[in-house]
Amino acid sequence: MASIDIANIQKSYGPHPVLHDVDLKIRDGEFVVLVGPSGCGKSTLLRMIAGLESVTAGEIRIAGRRVNELAPKDRDIAMVFQSYALYPHMSVARNMSYSLRLRKTPKERIATVVAGAAAKLGLDPLLERRPRALSGGQRQRVAMGRAIVRQPKAFLFDEPLSNLDARLREQMRAEIKKLHKDLGATSIYVTHDQIEAMTLADRIVAMNAGVVQQVGSPLDLYDRPANLFVAGFIGSPGMNFFEGTYHAGDRPLFETAGNIGIPLDSSAPLANNARATLGIRPEHIVLAGHGPETLLATVDLVEPTGFGIILHLSLGRSGFKAFTNDRSFLTVSGTIPVHFPAHSLHFFDGEGNRV
Amino acid sequence: MRAKSAFLTVAHRLAILAYIAFALFPLFWLLKVAVTPNDLLYSEGIRLWPSRASLEHFDFVLRHSAFPVFFRNSLIVSGSTAVVVTILASLSGYALSRFRFRGKYWLVTLMLLTQMFPLVMLVAPIFKILSPLGLTNSLTGLVIVYSAFNVPFATFLMQSFFDGIPKDLEEAAMIDGATQFVAFRQIILPLTLPGIAATLGFVFTAAWSELLFSLMLISGNEQATFPVGLLSFVSKFSVDFGQMMAAGVLALIPACLFFLLIQRYLVQGLTAGAVKG
Ligand SMILES: Nc1ncnc2c1ncn2[C@@H]1O[C@H](COP(=O)(O)OP(=O)(O)OP(=O)(O)O)[C@@H](O)[C@H]1O
Ligand SMILES: [Mg+2]
Repeated sequence: MASIDIANIQKSYGPHPVLHDVDLKIRDGEFVVLVGPSGCGKSTLLRMIAGLESVTAGEIRIAGRRVNELAPKDRDIAMVFQSYALYPHMSVARNMSYSLRLRKTPKERIATVVAGAAAKLGLDPLLERRPRALSGGQRQRVAMGRAIVRQPKAFLFDEPLSNLDARLREQMRAEIKKLHKDLGATSIYVTHDQIEAMTLADRIVAMNAGVVQQVGSPLDLYDRPANLFVAGFIGSPGMNFFEGTYHAGDRPLFETAGNIGIPLDSSAPLANNARATLGIRPEHIVLAGHGPETLLATVDLVEPTGFGIILHLSLGRSGFKAFTNDRSFLTVSGTIPVHFPAHSLHFFDGEGNRV
Repeated sequence: MRAKSAFLTVAHRLAILAYIAFALFPLFWLLKVAVTPNDLLYSEGIRLWPSRASLEHFDFVLRHSAFPVFFRNSLIVSGSTAVVVTILASLSGYALSRFRFRGKYWLVTLMLLTQMFPLVMLVAPIFKILSPLGLTNSLTGLVIVYSAFNVPFATFLMQSFFDGIPKDLEEAAMIDGATQFVAFRQIILPLTLPGIAATLGFVFTAAWSELLFSLMLISGNEQATFPVGLLSFVSKFSVDFGQMMAAGVLALIPACLFFLLIQRYLVQGLTAGAVKG
């Protein structure tokens, strides 16, 4: 196990910069999840740590040792590929033991370790099969098994579950979490999946266009997103945004671009008449009230999800969503009262940064 | 419904059968003439099978003609060419498939260019080049020429096989602790066996049936390959069809054996199961 220090890493493919000044310290035993939209450079960063891509500028240290120039085989890390990348001409057992055989590990030790990993992953009955004769979920397990048979300094996962169906993904997610608890290995995990990120991570690294937007615990990112990008990216359905102007005073007010005044319970940390964006999560909108801070919203659409109900509402020209577990909203129409509680509001300045 | 699908199946089979008959008929005729005794050759010319078959032509070809020498020469030349070309093409095909290097575009263009000239144009210059080196009238010379002509195409062939193997596999191997070369040898090469077999087969047959260069570069029976040797059955006054066809039948044997040997690699999709998909 080891720490991984990523110091001001940059990556360009020819003239195209892909990663800008990524700076990240990953502690020994930590589980870090990289999230971000497609093409933002998550895989590239992971592959640079693995040694599969060169480093344009900056430094990567594993366990304190600079590895920029080290070949993948000398970095002692394990990686689970999105495609699994199992060796098709080898049985499951030989797939798992390949790294050990390359290291000339004694036969008895290989047998014990492979048996241990197989037991942990429920692969016992499959050890003699070829990958072609396995289901997607079983292949995924073999890929995991191949990673855990040796004790690498760190585990890298590049969207390991994205080829599985939802049910299996849920199950494997729990198993990965359990594995991490057992092994306590430093892990970096790339995913598109919100829930995977929230449930697995000690810390989440949110990236956009090759720039790290925010690093923090899952709840940090959920409760205090550093900017509009993170606010919109974390959470499902996504946060509602209203652009407009803040009016300070005894009765502070946020005036949306469509000239709807949203009364605020308390003043916001913004200058009077400042242009800003107000954000609120659908699940934090209160669908009731009668005081002066209550607004009347038009119901455009009702989407039952089983778990709850997503209401598509609008205030003037601005549409937004609200989420509730109250089934009585299944049949609403016309207008309903809504209230935006002060402690659930997020304000972002003209640059999109949290204030 | 059932009747209709049965009818379609029968029609399908018949069509395939017709095609096979059409494609194999010349081979059948070869065999037929080879076993027809000389006295029946013209009198029973259009019969599907002679009234009396004999192996006398085979006997003559094997015992009283230079055919065994031709046969041996051809085996040496084709076998060596196939092995040399396949080794070179595997390495260069891998490089083209996996590495980015300066001048790659021009290299590929150049290789394509070499494939565009009719061979006839090159016979004279090649003869001029080889003769001071003492490589005319020599099997080594033939191997060199055949290899040179087959490497570009074989390289593209091998490259396409390497392209079909996911890069993830090598990367996984390298992370598991292999060097690039070990990953190539232990992971990629075994998966390319069908490609290697196809390339071996392709080059072997190409060299086996090559006539032009063999004819131009080799004189005399000692170093002649089998296609040139076949011509020796054509004399000034007659063509000895029976012996010629018998030699032809014998010449088919190694090609058939070769493909029997490699066919299990040709039909197998070895990469199945490597990656999801
Ligand atoms: N070999 C390459 N040459 C040029 N550009 C590349 C190369 N590999 C990746 N890129 C570019 O780098 C950027 C980051 O790619 P990367 O694969 O890291 O994205 P990602 O965040 O993993 O996306 P996804 O979530 O879709 O997997 C992309 O814009 C991609 O086009
Ligand atoms: Mg990716």
